[in-house]
Amino acid sequence: MSVFRPFAPWLISLAVLLLLPAVTGGSAVSVINVIAIHIVFALSYNMLLGQGGMLSFGHAAFFGLGSYAAIHAMNAIGDAAYAGEGFWAHFPVFLLPLVGFAGGALVALVVGWPFCRRAGTAFAMITLGLGELVATGTQMFPSVFGGETGVFSNRMVGPVWFGLELAQPADVYWFMAFWVFAAVLAMWAFTRTPLGRMSNAVRDNPDRTQFIGYPPRNVRFLVFIASGGMAGLAGGMAAVNYEIVTPESLSLVASGLALVMAAVGGLGIFYGPIVGAVVVTLMNSLLSDFTDASVLYVGIVFLAVVMFAPSGLAGGLEQIRQALHRAELARKWPGWLVGAAAVIAWILALVLTVELVYLIRHGDDKLAQALGIELDAASPLAWGTVVILLAVGYGLWRVTAKHREANA
Amino acid sequence: MLETIVFSTLNGILYGLLLFMLSSGLTLIFSMMGVLNFAHASFYMLGAYFAYALGLHVGFWPALFLAPCLVAVIGAVVERYGLRRVHASGHVAELLFTFGLAYVIDELVHLFWGSIPVSYVPPDYMQNALFTLFGTDYSIYRGVTMMIAVFMFAALWFLLKKTRVGMMIRAALTHGDMVGHLGHNVPRLFMGVFGFGCALAGLAGVIGGPLLNTEPGMAQTLGPIVFVVVVVGGMGSLIGAFYASLLIGLLQTFFVAFDASIADLLGVIGISVDPYGEVTGITLASLAPMTPFILLVLILIFRPRGLMGELEP
Repeated sequence: MSVFRPFAPWLISLAVLLLLPAVTGGSAVSVINVIAIHIVFALSYNMLLGQGGMLSFGHAAFFGLGSYAAIHAMNAIGDAAYAGEGFWAHFPVFLLPLVGFAGGALVALVVGWPFCRRAGTAFAMITLGLGELVATGTQMFPSVFGGETGVFSNRMVGPVWFGLELAQPADVYWFMAFWVFAAVLAMWAFTRTPLGRMSNAVRDNPDRTQFIGYPPRNVRFLVFIASGGMAGLAGGMAAVNYEIVTPESLSLVASGLALVMAAVGGLGIFYGPIVGAVVVTLMNSLLSDFTDASVLYVGIVFLAVVMFAPSGLAGGLEQIRQALHRAELARKWPGWLVGAAAVIAWILALVLTVELVYLIRHGDDKLAQALGIELDAASPLAWGTVVILLAVGYGLWRVTAKHREANA
Repeated sequence: MLETIVFSTLNGILYGLLLFMLSSGLTLIFSMMGVLNFAHASFYMLGAYFAYALGLHVGFWPALFLAPCLVAVIGAVVERYGLRRVHASGHVAELLFTFGLAYVIDELVHLFWGSIPVSYVPPDYMQNALFTLFGTDYSIYRGVTMMIAVFMFAALWFLLKKTRVGMMIRAALTHGDMVGHLGHNVPRLFMGVFGFGCALAGLAGVIGGPLLNTEPGMAQTLGPIVFVVVVVGGMGSLIGAFYASLLIGLLQTFFVAFDASIADLLGVIGISVDPYGEVTGITLASLAPMTPFILLVLILIFRPRGLMGELEP
């Protein structure tokens, strides 16, 4: 049994990937495809921040440029397949994420060396500058970046692999499943290499790594290239998924998304960004059907995680797992459960407040309609509920605080 | 030509002064607490929106004073209950916190005031011409704005150099622990400085809102530029931030004003190229939004401590 233990997470993920389309409906596939892209993007971001200690505000530059490389390659495949000759005529669309990888890694290779001298605030600022520079620069070269509208393409060209014509989202799902599995495996393997270990050392104590003969700048540079390549790979997946790449994919907003996903999931644990990517993408795509304030909710979740749970959602999962491991769960779960109830009460109060304000300022409220509730912002009942929920949450928290502390 | 130069200079200085109003607060906060406040431009936006909302009830001038005070209170609350909490988790956590805060403030503005610009305008009599030069009017409002900015700098200088509080702040910048040992309440000083910096940003919003359009995207347009100013000027250097503000303000305004393309410039030195080519047809005006970031990347590569900074970031 113990022989299989290291492989268990991978076998389970594989099973989940194989069973997912059978379990979920057809319409969910498009959301799942986006989640797959974001998982790779968030993990590549965490190679920098979580494992290398480099806070980047321009990671979308690599994602977007990898995406552009892939979409232009896709167009080249289309043209070459039409002519029936040339290198690109034999290049399957299935391998386009590799083109994205090459694009992202190449950009990181070209620009990265001066960036990696220092980590910390200087790195954050210079990547912010790079991100803004690339984002504004795209407007200047419409023949490459397609101006405001972006570059279109068609993914049903070139040689077909594994019988995937990529006509339907279901076909694209298998493409995504393959690449997300391969990319996650590759990035996990990277953490086990000497370079991956050195990047952790550079994060924790750059002076000491310098002293024992590993210049931190070189290590950072190599990690930067690998991370840029992985972001480009995610970009290549996105190019195949959407068949269009717009300058928005390079913007500060996209960089922020990577940061938010990684931090919400948890920076310190390998699978943290995966959790974050799933949660944030689901929030973004599901909440926007019910409320116009979906971005606000994502922002509040991010802020709450940074303030109250610095190890992220995955950190919470790890705590539960460790408690299970040490057979402490029976002692701890009552305190945790009441704490969770308090948090839920606060969340409800917050959601109600936001929706009430929305009702007052804009007059319509999608969430209340979806739930079939008639909200009346003028009635004291609605605001009373908010106050009661806040009080209940606070009460529950305070009453059980001692219990949690005693059993910590 | 002369007209363009004179007005570009005036507008560039005005824009630069606005930038300095923002970056002075950011610099103070950075040099004191070592945290780059990503939400600084969001406080600037809050200033503009508060002034708009208050102005509907109490009039333009009282709002001009009340809005920054309100922003200061919010800033102090954020420092006391947010930033101080995450301070224990280190610098990255602080940066992440202010980043998330910027997100939330932007969305709250969307929530309260919608996503279209609000009509925040100065009173009618201030739209009149202060003076007319070469047939172009320079409005009273712009003149008043410049006066407020200059007055504010004088007040800031006086506060920092000539008062007891300013002395404590300057001492805490370099020897925070020692100031604490001497019995001063350093955390409260931090809270005050954070609130004060936010108030400066709010004031910039109040007077900049009518000039640069009050809309929910205003924080995102100006935010990164303010960072550029702080880094180019040298982290923690007020005087450096001042020069960098004016430099970037003038650069951007002049680039917009002179509608010459790269081909034209090459033509001046005797190289003739296709004036409508993709690269050679790029005009200086379209380069204007990029200039601050080109400057930032160049500065960080070649002179990481900035124009006047003493420490590398």
